[in-house]
Amino acid sequence: MKERLEALRVEALQELQQVGGPQQLNDLRVKYLGKKGALTEILRGMGSLSAEERPVIGQVGNEVRAAIEEVIEAKQAAFQQAETENRLREETIDVTLPGKKLGAGSIHPLNKVAQEIEDAFIGMGYTIAEGPEVESDFYNFEALNLPKNHPARDMQDSFYVTEDILMRTHTSPVQVRTMKATNGKPVKVICPGKVYRRDDDDATHSFQFNQIEGLVIGPNIRMSDLKGTLLQFVQQMFGKQAQIRLRPSFFPFTEPSAEVDVTCVQCGGHGCRMCKQTGWLEILGCGMVHPRVLEMGGYDPNEVSGFAFGMGVERIALLKYGIDDIRHFYTNDLRFLSQFVRM
Amino acid sequence: MNVSYKWLSEYIDLHGYTGEQLAELMTSGGIEIDVVESRNKGVTGVVVGHVLTREKHPDADKLSVCTLDVGGPEVLQIVCGAKNVAAGQLVPVATIGAVLPGDFAIKRAKLRGVESQGMICSAKELGLNDKLLPKEQQEGILVLPEGTPIGASILDVLAIDDEVLELDLTPNRSDCLSMLGVAYEVGALTGRPVKLPDNRVSDSADHASAHVSVRIEAKEQCSHYSARYIKGVKIGPSPQWMQNRLMAAGIRPISNVVDITNFVMLEYGQPLHAFDADKVEGGRIVVRMAHEGEVMETLDGQERKLDSSMLVITNGIEPIALAGVMGGATSEVTDGTVNILLESARFDGGTIRKTSRQVGLRSESSVRFEKGVDPARVVPALNRAAALMEKYADGLVLEGIVQELAEQPQQTVVKVSIEKINRYLGTDLSKLEIETIFGRLQFPFELSADGVFTVQTPSRRGDITRDVDLIEEVARLYGYDNIPTTAIEGAATPGALTKPQAIRRELRKRLTDAGLHEVISYSFTHPDRTKLFPALTGADLYPVRLALPMSEDRSVLRTSLLPQLLETAAYNRNRKNDDVAIFEIGSVFHTEEAELSRLPHEKHRLAILLTGNKNVAAWNRKAEAYDFYDIKGMIETITDLLGVSGDISYEAAQPEHMHPGRTAAIVFAGERGPVTIGYMGQLHPTTQNDHDLGDTYVLEVELAPLYDAASFDIVYKALPRYPAMERDIAVVLNSDVQAGKLVGAVRETAGELLESVRIFDIYTGEKLGADKKSVALSLVYRHAERTLTDEEVTELHGKVVANLEQSFAAELRK
Repeated sequence: MKERLEALRVEALQELQQVGGPQQLNDLRVKYLGKKGALTEILRGMGSLSAEERPVIGQVGNEVRAAIEEVIEAKQAAFQQAETENRLREETIDVTLPGKKLGAGSIHPLNKVAQEIEDAFIGMGYTIAEGPEVESDFYNFEALNLPKNHPARDMQDSFYVTEDILMRTHTSPVQVRTMKATNGKPVKVICPGKVYRRDDDDATHSFQFNQIEGLVIGPNIRMSDLKGTLLQFVQQMFGKQAQIRLRPSFFPFTEPSAEVDVTCVQCGGHGCRMCKQTGWLEILGCGMVHPRVLEMGGYDPNEVSGFAFGMGVERIALLKYGIDDIRHFYTNDLRFLSQFVRM
Repeated sequence: MNVSYKWLSEYIDLHGYTGEQLAELMTSGGIEIDVVESRNKGVTGVVVGHVLTREKHPDADKLSVCTLDVGGPEVLQIVCGAKNVAAGQLVPVATIGAVLPGDFAIKRAKLRGVESQGMICSAKELGLNDKLLPKEQQEGILVLPEGTPIGASILDVLAIDDEVLELDLTPNRSDCLSMLGVAYEVGALTGRPVKLPDNRVSDSADHASAHVSVRIEAKEQCSHYSARYIKGVKIGPSPQWMQNRLMAAGIRPISNVVDITNFVMLEYGQPLHAFDADKVEGGRIVVRMAHEGEVMETLDGQERKLDSSMLVITNGIEPIALAGVMGGATSEVTDGTVNILLESARFDGGTIRKTSRQVGLRSESSVRFEKGVDPARVVPALNRAAALMEKYADGLVLEGIVQELAEQPQQTVVKVSIEKINRYLGTDLSKLEIETIFGRLQFPFELSADGVFTVQTPSRRGDITRDVDLIEEVARLYGYDNIPTTAIEGAATPGALTKPQAIRRELRKRLTDAGLHEVISYSFTHPDRTKLFPALTGADLYPVRLALPMSEDRSVLRTSLLPQLLETAAYNRNRKNDDVAIFEIGSVFHTEEAELSRLPHEKHRLAILLTGNKNVAAWNRKAEAYDFYDIKGMIETITDLLGVSGDISYEAAQPEHMHPGRTAAIVFAGERGPVTIGYMGQLHPTTQNDHDLGDTYVLEVELAPLYDAASFDIVYKALPRYPAMERDIAVVLNSDVQAGKLVGAVRETAGELLESVRIFDIYTGEKLGADKKSVALSLVYRHAERTLTDEEVTELHGKVVANLEQSFAAELRK
């Protein structure tokens, strides 16, 4: 019996060496180790053995079973691994093919810049005020120290609808509305929006454009605060190296008034074509709020003072992105707009 | 204002400043200099020559052979092509080795066999603007006045070695519309004194008042009128130096008398007018408003119809000048004029501005009156011009000034304290520093013991009326750059966007994330475009029309956003961009008034346009065209985001220019009942064609109701603790039954236990028969506090099915 067991071991192991696939392996498992398999068949004859022989043969039987099982398991693992490898090989894709992108539209560059400016001032504690684009002459001019026939009205030839109603020429009327609504309390706002001036369109002029103006009124607002505010803003917008330069100017609603230049974004102040070799770019107008404007806004100029500033969004967008023609902003060519997809 | 450096240096020492440096200094002080232009465009070696002889060229009809004395040892022979060359003339001669503008070097040459030792020059060849030359000098060679020294450099004779500063003046600084004003400004910047011109006239026994009378009737429009009488003038050219100055300033010399009035206007900023005294009836000057319909001929030969808003100078009967704007033809100074009635007056700026606009005449004179002339210079300027006419027109200035002063100019006194200056500017200026600045400005002042300056502002600086104006003077002369930078004192304030602003930003973000591009269109459009979508414009509402549009294409304010989005889509398609997905957030304008008397309605709207494919075909996916449900999904996403989906419903609608079977009204459940706040759908095929577009889906919706209803508050609901039960149904019904109605009916019958209902399939086909469709719904039932039993769900679901069968003649599909 022992011999038969040993012969079975040899035969089984030989046959397992030749096994070709998982199915065949399973067949062999059934053939040798199954309930009706060869090993069971041999061991069924143990009943006829003596009490001394039985454990010895049982021992041999277990050894043979273990040896066959070991080989089967090893084979099975090998088959599994081969199968996995095969599957992975089959599943291999060309990772250089393009993926499926998320949608990528663009916020209009003017709004992108406006939002950036707004955020800079929100960070400095400003709120944002808005007002109508069609305005009364009173809010657009008179309350800003520009009575009818004032020579400075020439500076901004306007689109009138009636004698007293016009397209606003700046967002300053929003400042007046804010002052009146604030009832003599301190103010810290910026006013973004579209404005309209009678200009023939060319590369640098547009009859419709966007402005952002700011207004601060409080008990002790100084011109030095205006400089400090603008410097902080400009450095946030154009980088820490940006500096400002103020030149005396004139606006009917501020006194003193100034034009503000910023270090040229192109050359960093060394002088280039963009800044006409001056190293500076004009980007802002500003000044201390004229006492007449404070009075008309419901303030006592002896009690409070304030500063105001204003800038053209188009101008800043042109400089920031190096765009050569203001008309692009209103043509809405997708080849232009899609360049502003980035954050 | 164009300021000649050389001329300016007559009134103030400019030593140590080049033109460029002066420009920089003035710009930093607030008078912006646009450009500094050299009058010398590259001329060297040109001298004054005396034409001794002029012969015809032997071989050329159009050429002359001249001999000239140019002050050297030899007489030069020059061939000249100009018609006007003649013996005896003094002319500019470019000798051998001379250079003319454009690096044109003069060499020895032979012209048709005759040797030429240089060139006689025209004004243009010398780089002068020939439009500014007297008419007779514009053609041919430049003929210089008698007495010009032979051999002298043309650069000196014509004052070409000069620079011109172009001032870009702000409206408050009209004081710099005069050489003296600029000199005061430079004086303030440099601390140097101003030299005033000589305006003394000789004594005369004959009194002007015997020849001239002045009366002002329009006292509000003319506060001062002064006149002098100059007898026996000889009209001729003005001296070369004066012509040079005028040309440098951009004014064409005409004759001595006219040139003197212009010269003094530039010098003092006070416009003057010279009448031919013999053509002023009785020497009477009456200043009054024109009569309605009165007619006069102005100097330019035009008949002008006047109205009662215009100020005129009359001879007591009829107008002889349009005050401050232009003289009349009847009293014009001509070559035969012998006696001059010289006017120096102060007219109201507003009146002159209005008149000059009305008649379309803007002159150097009207511009100065508009901005206001210095009352203290009316008489000095009159005297200066009279003195020059005595000197350069051989006139005799009669004794006395005939004048009426309707209104005494006010002396302006402004007070400002040292403390206020420093508090306002954030500076720490000393008493001495401020005193120095007022001193340089030549503003007389007193300083009180407690540090208050009382400043008498000179009449030339009419812009200074309040303390802040003086503070600005201090600031600009101290230097804006020297003002420190500080932070605002006091408590910090929180900054924030308003709710509508935050919503608009979120819309932008979501829509661009979905691949749309934001556009900004013009607010002005053609009236026809406002008629394209009447449903969006609103019944009984008018568009707002500009009073004076630049063109009909941009003459009214847009009443809806879509027309321009269609144009933008067409524009891009014409540039081979067939896939257009764009949106705009902006205002539209309406009024219910036929004639606007108050501000129109201004409403924020969102508009979306989708046409073409939503993605490009790629190796792993086909191009998919936009459809109705893409645009609907966008508005649904937006209303979900704003938490207002419960207030919004969609109803089939047929507005004009939209596809009647593919358009929905967006209905908002407002407090006062449902209101349509917008539309979405496909454009009508005809409208698509009209705009050169393929299938195009659009949406436009009012934002204000969404702003109001939007809620950003997130209320957390506990996660469900009990299981849900899912049941599907498929029903066959008539294909015109709207899914919305079906879902509504399901919700109504199922009640609170229904957690959600979703349409997961719609099928049409021959098997179902024509006009039939199958709709498959998936329903989820759940109770928040317990597990639902199979029986109760089956019962409820049975009711749902029964209701559908009953209400929609639906057949349950097995």
